[in-house]
Amino acid sequence: MIRVTERPIDLAALLDALPATGALATFVGRVRADDGVTELMLEHYPGATERALEDVAATATERWALADAMIVHRIGAMAPGEAIVFVAAAAAHRQAALDACAFMIDRLKTQAPLWKRETRGQEHRWVEQRGGDHAAAARWDQLPEGAP
Amino acid sequence: MLYFAWVREAIGAGSERIDPPGEVTTVAALIEWLAGRSAGHAEAFADRALLRAAVDQRFVPIEAPLGDAREVAIFPPVTGG
Repeated sequence: MIRVTERPIDLAALLDALPATGALATFVGRVRADDGVTELMLEHYPGATERALEDVAATATERWALADAMIVHRIGAMAPGEAIVFVAAAAAHRQAALDACAFMIDRLKTQAPLWKRETRGQEHRWVEQRGGDHAAAARWDQLPEGAP
Repeated sequence: MLYFAWVREAIGAGSERIDPPGEVTTVAALIEWLAGRSAGHAEAFADRALLRAAVDQRFVPIEAPLGDAREVAIFPPVTGG
């Protein structure tokens, strides 16, 4: 299941909606609260964002034989500490769940058309892509397909 | 055309309808042609290395052909997650 939403992410409700597999790995990306950011705004490309997230979740589900994959991305304005993104992988065993979860967040950072704008007081700044993001996404290309 | 993030802000609009001349056959040529439309377009497209594109909602390299595209989006490198 993927979702793009302007509403706050309800982590407890999402966890409840996942199947009762032996392993569940989750990742929550949150607005930094430690460097003066007063607001974070997420802009997206309607339609293309959903398609990119569907593609990432479907690829992970197939590659790690997941019971379920979930990506929920918030858009719009949010405050420090609030969740920006929730990723979950439900599988029979921990290695598949952990790897699939890491794969999904790494891939969506370079493949989903979303842009962050930080506000510090009166000053707005568009966040620049980090070089490490592409390296993190590319490490999943080095493994043979189907071999977690 | 669709524009996002600081590309949208520099141009001053999130979308516009255009009818480029026949010799504009690639995304790169389209960007070059668009850059002449206004000071905002010129500013947005000043550094091509910072631009990414999608044709009919699929990511493509800047050198990609336009074909009979209906929707072209120009935007900065993505920063979600």
